Amino acid sequence: MSAPLIETRALRVSIGERTVIDRLDLSLAAGERLAILGRNGAGKSTLLSTLAGLRQPAGGAVLLDGEDAHLMPPRETALRRAWLGQFHNDPFGSTVLETVLTGRHPHLGRWDWETPNDAKLACSALAAVGLDGMEKRQIHTLSGGERQRLAIATLLVQAAPLYLLDEPLSHLDLNHQMAVLELFAATARDCGAGVIMVLHDPALAHRFCDRALLIQGDGQTQCGTVDEILTAPRLSELYGYQLRQIDDAGRRCFIPE
Amino acid sequence: MPTRQRALLILLTLCLLAVGSFGMALMAGSLRVPPGEVLGALFGQGQDSAEIVLQLRLPRAIAAFACGGLLALAGALMQVLLRNPLADPYVLGISGGAGVGAMFALMLGLPVLAVDSLAFAGALGAMFIVFGLAHGDGSWTQTRLLLTGVIVAAGCGALVALMLAIADENRLRGMLFWLMGDLGQSTQWWPALLALGVGLALAMPFARELNLLARGQMQAQALGVAVGRLRWVIYLLASLATAASVTTAGSIGFVGLVVPHLVRLAAGNDQRLLLPASALAGGSLLVLADTAARTLIAPQQLPVGVLTALIGVPVFLFLLSRQPK
Repeated sequence: MSAPLIETRALRVSIGERTVIDRLDLSLAAGERLAILGRNGAGKSTLLSTLAGLRQPAGGAVLLDGEDAHLMPPRETALRRAWLGQFHNDPFGSTVLETVLTGRHPHLGRWDWETPNDAKLACSALAAVGLDGMEKRQIHTLSGGERQRLAIATLLVQAAPLYLLDEPLSHLDLNHQMAVLELFAATARDCGAGVIMVLHDPALAHRFCDRALLIQGDGQTQCGTVDEILTAPRLSELYGYQLRQIDDAGRRCFIPE
Repeated sequence: MPTRQRALLILLTLCLLAVGSFGMALMAGSLRVPPGEVLGALFGQGQDSAEIVLQLRLPRAIAAFACGGLLALAGALMQVLLRNPLADPYVLGISGGAGVGAMFALMLGLPVLAVDSLAFAGALGAMFIVFGLAHGDGSWTQTRLLLTGVIVAAGCGALVALMLAIADENRLRGMLFWLMGDLGQSTQWWPALLALGVGLALAMPFARELNLLARGQMQAQALGVAVGRLRWVIYLLASLATAASVTTAGSIGFVGLVVPHLVRLAAGNDQRLLLPASALAGGSLLVLADTAARTLIAPQQLPVGVLTALIGVPVFLFLLSRQPK
């Protein structure tokens, strides 16, 4: 076993005065997929950006490949993990291709310009999310779902071994939700990438992840395999709403009562 | 996305435009100097007109170019720093601070050197006040920076208005010209030119990181940009560039807001091209505007800030209207 892609040691995350995560020990190996679930405002996004090294932990440490993420130069961090944020807004115009190519930034030297090879990578990433042929489009002409897929393509060209995805399915229609989840499942399986994603649908989390982390919002967390964590009693308590669980051929779905 | 070759081609074209604008500036005036004599003067063949070209017109044209370039560069940087297309070099109160210093010196009838020094001191003062206040709690978000800057600018505006109100009648014209921007008052051309060279040289290594910053701080940081340090550097650079320009020629409006947008419309928003292209285009525009300002109704001179707007507005509207939706 190689060193875990990411590891937290007694991690504490606070929003203002409120501690949302306390003493979290977590580690993710290559090829593993972890889902983060919790109520709105429970601290899922804050945890994810802390894992990405974009936010200083209130206590404990985040290790990327065995090194403290917060002491690492940002460029080095960018080669070890890719982070998908929730919000995209651009005050200035830009084409789809230019936007995807920004993902190559950590791989380029200070004076380098993007090479044809980078453009090739960008085009295949666009094809992977079904945006091929749109290279010349202005991004403000894209729909919300297309913007989301563009952001995912940008992540793919960053080619980091660890993906931290904050609600990767937002704005996506059903077929693209499945396509994106299949895409990351394949990346984990074939390229040994680690994937941590914030999801709102426990059924999809059960189907596309190996483990799940439930965030209660008061510092408490539960982590384990999806079979053991994603159950009706636990999720009913997490969301404060009664759920019924239906198991079907190894898949699980939850119906609100 | 422009390739490196295309970027160089565009910059070369803009260099030619700059040379052309210098040619106009050196030839035009109450004494028209033909192109041959201008070249002769530049290469040291002394004729009668050589003194006018070398002593009067060339320094003024260089000062105009440097100021225009500084303003356009500062405008482009501020727009990225604040992620706001409406930002210009003056939005954070730098020109307001310089204005307070310069008005004070002009009101008391101090010599030119004191006007320049006090203007520069005022610009630096405003810069540190805005930075100190906006940085106070360590967050220094765009909104906080913008609000602080706008408030400081408003305060400076009030002080300027106050000094205009109590100033002596016969000093009022000089003060108004300073406020509208005027290259006739510039005494030295080299500090502005030096500032333009240094500013551009310091900004260019960060150009690709600026592309990312324009898309959002978190995104930029996630892609490996040291955002905190970069914003610091950009704030200082843009502020000092603005200070150098207003000290040399007063607060010339419009160039810093519109030239970056002109270049963006024509050549895209890649900062690696946008920054040097803006500097060249802004410099050329100001040289042309200043030439027009001193020749249109000669011997009387117009404030160049009025001319930059009169030239820039139609060009900008034309470019905007021909953009595909």
